[in-house]
Amino acid sequence: MRIAVRMNTPLAYVTLLLYVASLVLYVWALYGNKRHIGILASLCLAAGLGLHYLALLQRSHMVHAVPYDDLYGSMSLFAWLLAFTYLGLETYHRERSLGAFILPFVILWMVVAIAVAPGTTPRPAPGKGPLFALHVTLNILAYSAFALSFVLSLIYLLQNRVLRERRPGRVFWRFPALEVLENITRSSVMVGLVALGFGISFGFVWKHRLSGQYWSADPKIIATLVIVAAYVGYLWLARTTSWRGARAALLCVLNFLIVIFSYTFVNLYLTNFHRYF
Amino acid sequence: MASGTRTVQREAGQGKKMQIALIGCNHRTAPVEFRERIAFTPEQALRAADELRRHGVLEEALVLSTCNRSELYGVSAEAGDVTPDHMESFFTSFHELLPAELNGRLYRHTNAEAVHHLFRVAAGLDSMLLGEAEILGQVRDAYSLALEHGATGPVLNRLFQGALEVGKRVRAETELGARPMSVAFAGVKLAERVFGKFEGHKALVIGAGAMAEQVVDHLRNRGIKHLRIVNRSREHAEELARRTGGEAADWAGLESSLGFPDIVVSSVSGEEAVITRTMIERAMAARSGRAMFIMDLGLPRNVEAGAARLYSVYLYNLDDLGEIVEQNKKAREAEIPRAEEIISEHVAKFAAWQASVETNTLLEQLRQLLHNQRQVFLEERLAAMPSLSPEDRQRVSRLTEELIEQILAGPARRLRHTRELRRRLEELEALHDVFGLDEKPKDEP
Repeated sequence: MRIAVRMNTPLAYVTLLLYVASLVLYVWALYGNKRHIGILASLCLAAGLGLHYLALLQRSHMVHAVPYDDLYGSMSLFAWLLAFTYLGLETYHRERSLGAFILPFVILWMVVAIAVAPGTTPRPAPGKGPLFALHVTLNILAYSAFALSFVLSLIYLLQNRVLRERRPGRVFWRFPALEVLENITRSSVMVGLVALGFGISFGFVWKHRLSGQYWSADPKIIATLVIVAAYVGYLWLARTTSWRGARAALLCVLNFLIVIFSYTFVNLYLTNFHRYF
Repeated sequence: MASGTRTVQREAGQGKKMQIALIGCNHRTAPVEFRERIAFTPEQALRAADELRRHGVLEEALVLSTCNRSELYGVSAEAGDVTPDHMESFFTSFHELLPAELNGRLYRHTNAEAVHHLFRVAAGLDSMLLGEAEILGQVRDAYSLALEHGATGPVLNRLFQGALEVGKRVRAETELGARPMSVAFAGVKLAERVFGKFEGHKALVIGAGAMAEQVVDHLRNRGIKHLRIVNRSREHAEELARRTGGEAADWAGLESSLGFPDIVVSSVSGEEAVITRTMIERAMAARSGRAMFIMDLGLPRNVEAGAARLYSVYLYNLDDLGEIVEQNKKAREAEIPRAEEIISEHVAKFAAWQASVETNTLLEQLRQLLHNQRQVFLEERLAAMPSLSPEDRQRVSRLTEELIEQILAGPARRLRHTRELRRRLEELEALHDVFGLDEKPKDEP
């Protein structure tokens, strides 16, 4: 019951339950080649997203801001945006076989968020205005889109290896084609870059309003600009040269390592004012 | 009782127990020469069904004739071996066969066994190529033809609709038809794992033989638009290009043609490889590293093995594809128990439907018998009571009518809703005998 007190809301548990149910259905659909089960999995995920949104909203009311001001809120928001981006891309590309690989990450984030949830009811955060909220939310959206591209690239590399070694197994025939994976990965990186571009811009504007300066030599800002450069490089290489294919997928995986570094090490030890995003 | 069920009862042999019978032969029981002789064209199938019904052998009839089987399905009121015997006689005379020629090549099944056999056929379990997809379409066509012609009735309609449902479920819920079983198709499916849909992709076919044509057919069926064919004999390349809607190119320009396709299919004879690693290396540079899938169907191999190590080149030779087909075959065989489960479920469902029709028929007959006896009984007894007023006579009549309905209500409910009871009664004919339902009234001629 300790967690129940810490979480402060049953909505998060029901959300987690729906995500787990959705994962089970996605796996079932993948193995059993059952289209209707796949549709059910998507519906389950959509329901989970709806409830997760309500849970975030509830927390927003408590802190009077988008819930990013602590690790719990930030991770929960990340999980929601990851699932949201995935469902958007699934619908756009009409490709349902990836849910079985994405949902474990969503669930992992949710479980960790629940585990690190603060024990007390969150206090209202100092008001920073809508520009700041947009800055943070868009940045987290970007990170979730990059996480998605990371998973997709891993699947690409796995599928590519199977094809090169000429040993297709049972699930192999259900995987999306390499070209489809490449397209969805690019879409995901594009979403991430656009979100990050706007997110950073809003951050600069907000900083200017606060201190009269756009730039600050905060390690987090430098790390974020490196991330932008890395993903722009990926997009260019993946489209125009002989780097397309497995090398681009590998690059996408490596890029995400920079994101993880920025999200963890930079956040925790280097930055002065970017704590959880 | 629902009016629909009454209609089925009325149509299904005027209340008699209907027997489903099947005779036929397939690739397991007869060689191709024999199967050719007993195949039915659609016109012959309809004529056979008409004749069987006209001669009173069957009340419903349907012929299922494919390259691997000729089967005759029928429904008759005759029990035992009488109907299959008649069907077999008809079969031999229709195809002008001598009885000795049959020589055990025809199989025969009745009732649940016939239902089980048809469901296995529709599921692709009885096919030469386990799980093949074409058979379901052939069952559907045979059924549609017979239905439109009026050769089927409620029993065969229900049976074949059930078979189509089984076929669909087995394909949707098992891996039985999921994986390619020929080298050509396996290659095309693997190319799909690289490119997804083929629209907008290009293929180069080197060679114009039967194997190349088989791959071209698969590629065309899966939507490839741009197809170039190169062969040592330009004439043969043009002929295949004409048949398949592609373009022919010169053998001398083979290397320059390699820059064109996403998929390369090579199936030519020759002692040396016709495509070297260097040729592919140059082609890949010209294509900016876009992936290339190569199917080497030649023996000796047409493509230098070292090409497989090039970046974004997926090279499969005959052995690689053969091994995948072998794996797929085993995987399909492993799905048989799952398919059989679905079939058993539908066989039980069909049996339940059949039992419910028979139950309702029996109850209707019993009701009719009791009402007839009531009528006779009342006429005799009331004749001896002249003092009764017409109102009292009517009241007595109504009371006896209600009594009969009350007596029947309990057994009817239990028979309809308790499958176990129906199972124990199994042969409902026993009740026919107990109540003498099949006896004609004495005053009838």
